[in-house]
Amino acid sequence: MFAQLATFAWTAPSIDYHALAPEIIVAATLVVLVLVDAFTGENSRWATSSIAGVGLLAALIPVVSLAYNGTERVLFGGAYVVDDYALVLKALFLLSAYVVILLSTNYIAEGDYYEGEYYQLILASVLGMMVMTSARDLISIFVALELISIPAYMLAAWRKRDAKSNEAGLKYYLMGVFASAILLYGMSLIFGITGSTLLVEIGPKLGDAISSQPIVTLGIVFVIIGFGFKVSAVPFHTWAPDVYEGAPTPVTSFLAVASKAAGFVALMNILFIGFYGRDDVYGPLIWVLAAVTMTFGNLVALRQTNIVRMLAYSGIAQAGYILAPLAVAGTSLAVGGEALRSVVLYLLIYAAMNLGAFAVVIAVARKTRSASITSFAGLFQYAPALTVAMTVFLFALAGIPPAGGWFAKLEIFRALTSAGTSGGYILATIVGINSVIAFGYYGRLIRVMWMDDAPDGDVAPIRVPVALKAAVVLTVGVTVIVGVFPGLLTHFTDPITLFSLAR
Amino acid sequence: MLVNQFLFLGAILFCIGIYGVLARKNAVLVLMSIELILNACNINLVAFGAMWHANDVSNMSGQVFALFVIAIAAAEVGVGLAIVLLIYRNRQSIDVNDVDLLKG
Repeated sequence: MFAQLATFAWTAPSIDYHALAPEIIVAATLVVLVLVDAFTGENSRWATSSIAGVGLLAALIPVVSLAYNGTERVLFGGAYVVDDYALVLKALFLLSAYVVILLSTNYIAEGDYYEGEYYQLILASVLGMMVMTSARDLISIFVALELISIPAYMLAAWRKRDAKSNEAGLKYYLMGVFASAILLYGMSLIFGITGSTLLVEIGPKLGDAISSQPIVTLGIVFVIIGFGFKVSAVPFHTWAPDVYEGAPTPVTSFLAVASKAAGFVALMNILFIGFYGRDDVYGPLIWVLAAVTMTFGNLVALRQTNIVRMLAYSGIAQAGYILAPLAVAGTSLAVGGEALRSVVLYLLIYAAMNLGAFAVVIAVARKTRSASITSFAGLFQYAPALTVAMTVFLFALAGIPPAGGWFAKLEIFRALTSAGTSGGYILATIVGINSVIAFGYYGRLIRVMWMDDAPDGDVAPIRVPVALKAAVVLTVGVTVIVGVFPGLLTHFTDPITLFSLAR
Repeated sequence: MLVNQFLFLGAILFCIGIYGVLARKNAVLVLMSIELILNACNINLVAFGAMWHANDVSNMSGQVFALFVIAIAAAEVGVGLAIVLLIYRNRQSIDVNDVDLLKG
């Protein structure tokens, strides 16, 4: 055994530190936060949120310089790739985490729980997401997924003396770990067939593995089910509304936007590079998942009375829209490219509009201390700016111009119809019908805010702290500007591709 | 040595684990069932890893993957037991059927 091992010529891989700089900065910020938390007194804890925010923004600098540089960097024998796709999504995760920190600052400081640890966990989770964008290997995808999820379980159970938050943590944990165990079983089968954990090598081998069809099918189905839990696709969505309701609202926004986007990123990495030749297996499965997810999400959202649960079901429906282009992605390389770009674009716009909606919910709950839809009644009378912002976000989520969401939906339709198959056209029709159903509940909330009277005639204005105001302004700005000038975003998403390595 | 004997063991462990997750009421037993599934994956990975290693000595991915899974499973259980402990402190019960405040 040792004699065998001694025959390997092994040299340490040369590491491209520029390519890893964004991750290194986030990890360093994490270490600084731990030290600051350990060595400063209770009265300087406010600094932790500023340090976390500055660290995230600093990590954007190497992302920009890498994008400007433009070369595709392949590290660790192809297991880690920094290309346009990875950079666009890294920027998305850094910015949405920054907005989440803006949302959390006052919420966490005014609660009676630890502050330092909260930001450490957020940063750890963001680090996992950044690794996920570049991961092109089963092992690194699995490690990144767990680095995202394990801090998220703790964040969901953050209010440790609150029974609802405990319950959210337990449900999220059990479902999440169960899902990753199933995913891992699928990955072990895929590894067994192909003998490699590198997605680039798995791709061609899976395409040729006709003789072992059942085990290939089982592996692909298990992997997709595992990610189905992460992106809360029906029928694996049951944890989402409960966790979103029980977790602290800033954490909910983080789970609903960043964590879900990370699930899609992992799914895209695996589908487009590893499974791309086997669209006969994953195509129909994702088609059904997408159709069921969006329809069920929208129908159940119609009868929700709690706004966070409504946004949870709306998020489930949105996950269905995002899954839809992946169902037809295997038709041809051109369609695959369209589908990839439309999903990335949707994730970018979805982050802005959904984080914004949660920001308004957090702002309003500061006064009403409630998350029921009726507590939004008469919002226009005492908080006109927040009402207008919320209306913009709801229009965006419903896909009505000029707010950003319409363009994301249009791209989904374009990708679905570009396939030219009957499956694609039917799915596009289902997306269209669902967009109409969805306006039912978005419109109802808009009516409550603008038309109804405030409960008990209480029209005292809401005091919105600066950080929260900044978050709302930022997200409204992005949502409206992208809606009016979509070219600003497509400039970044047009060059992305995941195929260059597969072929 | 045939690899499918190990795969068979892995598949049985996987099924026992799935059954345990779905049927057990005690949160700690659910955690143990999840561990069974993860160990089923480890058996698969090591068996497949040995198979590919026999073909090509430089291919150690299966064994390396299994090591990563063991480490991650330990981290997961640490967090999971902490959450179960929280539930026990607040409600004096770890029956997962009692955890039903959130629904709708």
